[in-house]
Amino acid sequence: MPDALSPRDRVALLAMRAVNAGSRAARRGEGTVAGGRVALRVAPDLLDHLSHARRIALVSGTNGKTTTTACLSAALGTLGAVATNGTGSNMQPGHVAALGAARRAPFAVLECDEVWLPSTMDRERPEAVILLNLSRDQLDRTSEVRRIADAWREALGRFDGICVANADDPLVVHAALESARPAWFDGGLVWGDDAVACPRCAGRITYGVGGWSCACGFARPASDASVDGDEAVVDGRRVPFKMSLPGEFNRANGLGALLAATRMGADLVRASAAVASLDEVAGRFSQIEVDGRDARLLLAKNPAGWSALLDLVGDEETPVVVAVNARVADGHDPSWLYDVAFERLKGRRVVASGERWRDLSTRLYYGGVDHESVEDPRRAIAAAGARGQSIEVIANYTAFADLKAET
Amino acid sequence: MLRVVTVYPDLLGTYGDRGNGLVLWRRALARGIDVQLQAVSSDTPLPDADLYCVGGGEDGPQQLAVERLARDGGLERNVASGAVVLAVCAGFQILGRSFPGPDGRRVEGLGMFGIDTVRGGDTRAVGEVVVEAGGRVGAVTGFENHAGHTVRDPGIAALGHVAVGIGNGDRTDGALQGRLVGTYLHGPVLARNPQFADWLLSMATGDEALAGIADDPSIDLHEERLAAASRAR
Repeated sequence: MPDALSPRDRVALLAMRAVNAGSRAARRGEGTVAGGRVALRVAPDLLDHLSHARRIALVSGTNGKTTTTACLSAALGTLGAVATNGTGSNMQPGHVAALGAARRAPFAVLECDEVWLPSTMDRERPEAVILLNLSRDQLDRTSEVRRIADAWREALGRFDGICVANADDPLVVHAALESARPAWFDGGLVWGDDAVACPRCAGRITYGVGGWSCACGFARPASDASVDGDEAVVDGRRVPFKMSLPGEFNRANGLGALLAATRMGADLVRASAAVASLDEVAGRFSQIEVDGRDARLLLAKNPAGWSALLDLVGDEETPVVVAVNARVADGHDPSWLYDVAFERLKGRRVVASGERWRDLSTRLYYGGVDHESVEDPRRAIAAAGARGQSIEVIANYTAFADLKAET
Repeated sequence: MLRVVTVYPDLLGTYGDRGNGLVLWRRALARGIDVQLQAVSSDTPLPDADLYCVGGGEDGPQQLAVERLARDGGLERNVASGAVVLAVCAGFQILGRSFPGPDGRRVEGLGMFGIDTVRGGDTRAVGEVVVEAGGRVGAVTGFENHAGHTVRDPGIAALGHVAVGIGNGDRTDGALQGRLVGTYLHGPVLARNPQFADWLLSMATGDEALAGIADDPSIDLHEERLAAASRAR
């Protein structure tokens, strides 16, 4: 690969490595963001240069970015080395860190924050973008979802690469239709409440068995990739597709990755096997042990994510700990608690936890869900069940990260 | 029977707004009041009710909601015969005479409230809010996220004085006009404010002396949020 780095870029990369090594030594986490930020300050064009002559895929959307990024990295790994931001640092400093750490990798698969997608596309000139879904998420710090959809649409109008998009989400379709080469997959719509009004004409979208449509003519496009039992059908070809990751939404994410990988030149059979065999993504479906209890950690960040995870919790005998914080990374406004059907936890042993346990406890009370409250999540896990017992823990972003960090 | 209706949760429910209907329903149940809660989506005629909750929404859905409500006519008819309305954020705006549409142009509201909403400054009002409503309601805690500024007609009272946050943009928040109650404290504002919820229930039932609720976790939440807002001030 021709090296596009200037002497200034090289200094920036050295600075980044020093910062990252320092913050790892100080146990302040992976340090990818801090290092990337320093590097960009030294060499503002570093991201453009690191992207040069590389085949990049950007993955964006409200939910499923990290999982889809892992799936696509695995699939493209059948073609060559892949640089990726596996830890979920999905803004430009994280991208610099990922690309800088794997200089010789011909491919890169990067998850990208929804708001940053247009400017990131301008700098990295990706070969493909994968658009998953758009729904309400941390409305206090990002903009309303329709503004994001319109910003995507504008960026995609200038994009002549591969645009793999979820045909089930009207806001995503609204944006992706503007691209030169859209490819559609059955991505599902876990959360329909942000897609009632048509993004084209503000009329009402009707949903039916065959998909969705609006009186103005805006309608669901036909899929290029779908799932049929334990098989995937991609561009008319069938392939075995049985994912190890749990849940229908992960299967939809895997399918999007598969379509993107084949459009980028991967062999369908090999790519499908690589995606299907992934069984853990950044600890998002992992077990930890707390005082002899087996806790399965589930991360949910917004109403759509919570809805999907409430489908996943085990049988009625399994206690559930719910942990909610409201720091910057979570969004300061926990109003969304009333968008999640916590009523589905009725009849289980439930412990409300996290810094905003009072908000959660009030939500559960109004939902008629009997529960206890224990602020500290680890203590909550211990309170939820006896030693040796399996416990489901659903937590939002920083509550989840704290639990992971302490194990 | 007390009939509570959540208006168009499919369009006006961006911030967990359906929580308000849920809170009113459960607090009525806890007092042994015969109560029914209905969430009525925008493709259905609005049924007659005693208490309506109108939530917030983004610009496009907000405009669709006002068109549907105007055509339906049910909300105005019921208010004329004494129904109570709690309208938050975009719902508050659409009950007024006018508000800015997605492109900034003036959109006609339902004209039930003597208010007009205009585009505010460049920055959205986002964050914790405390409104001193006085009387039975007292301090109201909530969260706001909106761009509009609301101007009340002379003689239309505000919900209260803003101690923390932005509200209408003139150090007041919301409006009170007969049995219409509007506020920028969005989403499930009643979940944090049991005294506010009970005031609305009293208005709708005529029972001024509702009994307390045993083990009501929202009293603690209310105190904690007021304390957090005053620490942040």
